[in-house]
Parts: sequence; C-alpha cells; structure tokens
Amino acid sequence: MLPELGQFALILALLLAGLQAFFGIVGPMLGRERWMAAVTPAVAGQFVMVALAAGCLIAAFVGNDFSVAYVADNSNSALPLFYRVSALWGAHEGSLVLWILLLAGWTVAVAVGAGRLPPRFAARVLGVLGVVSFGFLLFTLATSNPFLRLDPPAADGADLNPILQDPALAVHPPILYTGYVGFAVAFAFACAAMLEGRMDQSWARWTRPWTTVAWAFLTCGIALGSFWAYYELGWGGFWFWDPVENASFMPWLVGTALVHSLAVTDKRGLFKSWTLLLAILAFSLSMLGTFLVRSGVLVSVHSFAADPRRGVFILAFLVVMVGGALTLYAWRAPRLRSTAGFELGARESFLLFNNVLLVIAAATVFAGTLAPLISDALKLGTLSVGAPYFNPTFMLSMLPLLSLLALGINAGWKRGRLKDKERTLLLTLLAAAVLACAVVFGIYAHGKVLTPVGVMLGIWIILASLVDPLDRWRRSLSLPRAVLGMTVAHVGLGLAVIALATVQSFTVERDVALAAGASARVGSYDFRFEGVRPVEGPNYGGTGALVVVTRGGAPVAILTPQKRQYWVQRQLTSVTSIRMSRGNNLLVALGDDLGAGRWSLRIQIRPLVSLIWLAALIMAVGGTLAASDRRYRTERARESATAGAARPAIQSP
Amino acid sequence: MTPRQRRMTLVVGIVAGVSIAGALALSAFRQNVTFFFDPSQVASGKVPPGERFRLGGMVEEGSLKRAPGSLEVRFVVTDFSREVPVVYDKVLPDLFREGAGVVAHGRLRADGTFVADEVLAKHDEKYMPPEVARSLKRRNGASRAAPTSAVSAGTTAAGG
Repeated sequence: MLPELGQFALILALLLAGLQAFFGIVGPMLGRERWMAAVTPAVAGQFVMVALAAGCLIAAFVGNDFSVAYVADNSNSALPLFYRVSALWGAHEGSLVLWILLLAGWTVAVAVGAGRLPPRFAARVLGVLGVVSFGFLLFTLATSNPFLRLDPPAADGADLNPILQDPALAVHPPILYTGYVGFAVAFAFACAAMLEGRMDQSWARWTRPWTTVAWAFLTCGIALGSFWAYYELGWGGFWFWDPVENASFMPWLVGTALVHSLAVTDKRGLFKSWTLLLAILAFSLSMLGTFLVRSGVLVSVHSFAADPRRGVFILAFLVVMVGGALTLYAWRAPRLRSTAGFELGARESFLLFNNVLLVIAAATVFAGTLAPLISDALKLGTLSVGAPYFNPTFMLSMLPLLSLLALGINAGWKRGRLKDKERTLLLTLLAAAVLACAVVFGIYAHGKVLTPVGVMLGIWIILASLVDPLDRWRRSLSLPRAVLGMTVAHVGLGLAVIALATVQSFTVERDVALAAGASARVGSYDFRFEGVRPVEGPNYGGTGALVVVTRGGAPVAILTPQKRQYWVQRQLTSVTSIRMSRGNNLLVALGDDLGAGRWSLRIQIRPLVSLIWLAALIMAVGGTLAASDRRYRTERARESATAGAARPAIQSP
Repeated sequence: MTPRQRRMTLVVGIVAGVSIAGALALSAFRQNVTFFFDPSQVASGKVPPGERFRLGGMVEEGSLKRAPGSLEVRFVVTDFSREVPVVYDKVLPDLFREGAGVVAHGRLRADGTFVADEVLAKHDEKYMPPEVARSLKRRNGASRAAPTSAVSAGTTAAGG
C-alpha cells in the first residue's frame, strides 16, 4: 500500500511542479496577479508530496518490504537500520528521489525568502525552479520508478553494496546533492533576470547568499567523497581524477568563479552578462554531471546500471534546459550594459583573472573527462586520461591564480592603490618564503621544486588574507561577517594548498609480504605484523590483522585492517585502518594470504592529508559565514521596497 | 594609457594566456593518454614498442600462480583467441579473480611478458569492463579489424 501511495505522491508532485512552472513563468508575462499568487501554494504542495514519496520509500526500506524491486536490490534484513535508511540513495532511482526532495527543499526556502523580492521576479524564479523539478520528476517516473513491485516478492534483499556501508558515504550524497541542486537557485535567478530583461546590483545581492551556501555544501560534499575514497576504497589517495569526481569538481570550479563574479556585480555593477553566463554554466555542469554519472557512458565506481533510455532522456532534458537558457541569454544579455570602468590594478581586474583562470581550469578538466568519450565516438581508439594529464594542466591555471590571490584581496575596488600596501605584501611574501623553506627543508629535508613554491603560496595567501582584518581590528573598525567569511575561506584555501603540496611530495607507499612477527620499515616507522584472526560483524565475516607501529622503538599506534566478506553479495571488501601520528596519516590495508604464513600488506604514509579535508571544511564555514552577513537581509528589504515602488516603470517582455 | 588601450591590453593578455594554456594542455594530453589493447592486438604487434598501455581481457582460469610467501604474482590475460602473460608485484584488488574481467596498466617486456604497475577490477561482481566486454564480443562474433573502441575513462582501481 505505502509504495503505491508514494508513487501517487510523485505523480501529484509532477502535476504541481507543472503548475508551478506554468503560473510562475506565464503569470508575470501576462501580468496575471492571481496566477502568480498560485505559485507559492504549488511550491508548498510539491514539497509535501515529494517528502511523502521519500517517506514511503524510507518506510519500505525500514520495514524490509522486499516486494519493492528497489528495496530488494539494495537492502537486506541483516542490514543495520542506519544503512537501511541511507540505502535510499544507494542506487540510481533513490538518488533521484533524494535530488528531487532537495530541490523541493531549496524551492521552499526560496519561496520563504521571496517575501523580500518583487513579486513578479519571485514568481519567475520559482517558475524556473518548477521547470527543473518537472523535468527530474518526469525522468524519475518515466525511466526510474523507485516504487516498482516485484511479483512474487523477493524472500530477502540483495543487500547494499558493501563499500557503501559506511558512515561517511551515508552523508556524502545528501550534502553533495544539496550543493549541486543549490546551483539551480542561482540558475533560476539568472533566468528570471533575463526574463525580466533587467538586472542590477540588487539582483546580485539577492543571488549571492544562495550561491555561496550552495557552493559551501558542494565544497563539503566533495571533501567527504574524497575522504571516503581515501579510507574505504583503499586506493590510498584522496583524488583520482575519476570522471565522477571531475563531474562534481567542474561545477565547483565554475561555482567558485560565480561566487567571485557575483561579488563584482554586487559591489560595482560590472560583469553582468558574464555572471549570468556563469550561473547558467554552473548548473548546466551540475546536470551534465548527473548525465555522465547516470547514463552509464562513463565507467566509474559511481556509475549505476546503464540504461540507454535514461541517458537519452537526461541528454534531451539537458539540451532543452541549457539550450533554452543560452537562447534567452543570447537574446537578453546584450541589453545588460555595464557603464562603470576600472583600472588594471583594481580588485575588479584581479577578480577578472580569477574568473578566467577558474574557467580555464574547468575547461581543461572538462576536456580530459570527455576526451575518452569523444575519441570513442569518432573511432579514434580507446584511450584513458589520468593524473599525468590532469595534474600539470590543472597546475597551469592554479599557480597564477594562487599567486594573484594575495594581491587581489588587498587591492581596492575601482582604483588599485596597491602601493599603500606594497611594504606589507612584500613582508608577508618574504615571511612566507622563509617559513616554506624552513618547513620543506627543515622537516622533510628533500622535495621537488614545486613543493616549497606551493607551501610558500599557501602561507602567503593566509598571511595576506589576514592583513585587512588585522588592520580593521587595530583601528577598532567593525568586521562584517562578509569580510570575516571571505578571510576564513581564503585561509582555508591557503591551508589546502600547503597540504596538497606536502602530500604530493612526501607520500611513501609500499606493498610488503610479511609473516606473523616480522616487520617492515616504511619511512621512519616500523610496521610489525602480529598475525591474523577471524572477525565477524552483523552481516559479514572475514579476517582481521593486527599491525603494531613503532618509531625509534617507541609505540605509535595499533592498526587493525580487515578483509571482509559480506554474506549476501559474497564480495570481498578491504577495510583499511588509519591512524594519525605527528601530522602523518598511517594507512594499512590487508592484502592476500600469500601462503607460507605470509600476508601481503599495503602500507602508506601521507603527511598532512587530513588537513586537505579540514581545509575544505574551513572554506565551507567561511562561505556560510559570508552568506549570513546582515547586509543581504537588511539591504534586501530596502531594495525590494524601492524596486516595488519603481515597478510600474519596468517594461514587460 | 587611455581606458580603451588598457582594456585592449587586458583582452590581449587574456587571449594570449588562454592560447598558451590551450597549447600546453594539448601537449600534456598528447603525452599522457594511455591506449587500450586486447591480447590479440598485442600479439599482432599493434602496440608501439616501449609504450605504456592498458591491457584488458579475462583472467584465464587456472593461470594465477604465486611462489608461496612472495608478493610477485603471475597470471594470463586472454580474449579467448590470444593470451598475454602478466607479472605484478603489488597487492591485487579485492575483486580480482580467475575468469573475471581485468584491466592492467604497464609495459610489454622484450620476452612478451606484460609488466603491470597497476591492476584494476571494478567494484561490482557482475561487472566486466565495457572495453573488455566489447572486445570479447568482437573477437567471438566478427572478423572486423577496426580499432577497439570502447569507453574507458575510469575503471576503478585497487592497484598501486
């Protein structure tokens, strides 16, 4: 009964999304006040229906209803309750439900905040969000219905993929999707502005907090995914340039550019059409990511069962949405003129470089991700593109970006006036260089050329971002949250750069064959293998090893890697064991029984790798802080009052 | 400089930057892509000598050999028409098994043995890498000798 109710709720949600789209877009065009007034109830109704559908699916998982095909494929009666809930997004159909639920959530949030917007504009924003939601609901119902029944019902489920039975993975998709879907809000604001044919600084002020929050979620989501890949997949790295990782990284790069270009549009009324284009691009890349992952055209750990109909549907939807938005852009963008100018050394020019470099970075990632597909389509041979391509090309745009960052945040708007801060900047650069050399050559005593450069840039970025806040503090000026948030995010970036440079250069990894009682020296640590014993969990059995780590005779850590066999899927899964020591991440994975009493072990030592994820978290916190600045709320109220007064003057398109 | 000249300088600078980046990316791309070959293509000498490439096929039943206690492992990759012996000295991925699909990265030694530095198996039992699946289908079903074409972006790794 519940699954049928869920499906019925999804169908109702589809109808409501259609109404929301129609009234939201057509209402303002025809100037029908009552049509526009119907948009908000449609939003609320759609959210309730989607939440009901998601609730029904969760109930089917929790109640072990194996007559539902999706539950039977992705759950099992022995699966712990926590994973039965997170199994909702363990495969294709359920993750679409999650995507739609989050989109409905964002839409409700926009509708609540829309009281401060001019009503016509608000209706258009919600209307565009309705179109997006309609497309995804139709996709779900037409190609990926999660409520399909099995007849006869399965006796028990096929279980959740063992590598997905992990706490970090339980929260990774919701957070990542919140970021992905959040760019839909920026997209909707951009489309609404183009439909209005009018875009001013207040538009940027409305859009900024939404975009920044979405960006913060995306940052967190990517970091969580990287963390999960590091310890669960046992690959031992934190980033693999896997196509699906790239699919989330491209919208992040463009979203970062958007956050910065919005700042210029907000403060100076410049980069208007560029900002619109970035907003369209960021969400298009989010949808392209969905297409790449869901359609099965890319092979990756994330890709679910391939169904050609799904790929075609998403591609068609992508073409309609992106094509429509770009057509609107070509038609309306020429109307948006920026009148103000700026000097070469001004903050605007640095942000222009920031945008260009970030978009170049996204383009190189895009090229590398899609090259195998294109080469395949053109019958040029089967090729694969990996880190040897991505690392150098990515550095190519990141090095200038990071070098200009310290200058850019200290440049004034409109006129550069960097001369006033020349001394401070030189001092911070000098301090960064000395510190970097001390760290790289003092602690690690060796390194590639780029290591000290990277560490220096990271330290310089941190020091330079602190110049302005410290100056304000010294002169006891107020420190608005927008400035504080920006500083925190940039400090996070600096930390990330330091961590990345260090990890890349000073990682030690070795695969060893050890008998019980034997030890291996890796780096400055001794790993003594104490032997294996059987382990048993709620839905798996396996082998656990005990590895004692010492450094110069002093005990450091006890590591317990496991090799599990999950009963239902009979799939072997390695569970790595990780401990921190003096800033190093010690990782041990258990390999195979080699015979003669020896086992293979994979041992890796990565300095500062945890700092990468911590830094991403700091960046996300910075973004959230900045988005919560009072100026967005108070100014918004004032702007909408003036915009409301000026409304009769706006030409309807 | 007038504002116009300044703007032009900026535009020229950006265009130059983008072009340089594009050229460098293209050269990095040329040097760093790895192509996929199946055992029959290897046997017919299609692989440029000394080049690092991806070898894909099935692990032949009963071919997995290891001296007791040694990390070094030997197995044979087959497309049911030709075979290539492979040697690997790291931890094998969880899903590696005889009779299942595999993709190995590495180079061909002069004696015809493939020295792998990375062995990949997808994290799904039912899975066969599509490039392997298509190449097998072609070997068995047709005599067409077109270059192997398949999607190969990210068979995921458990190899070093």
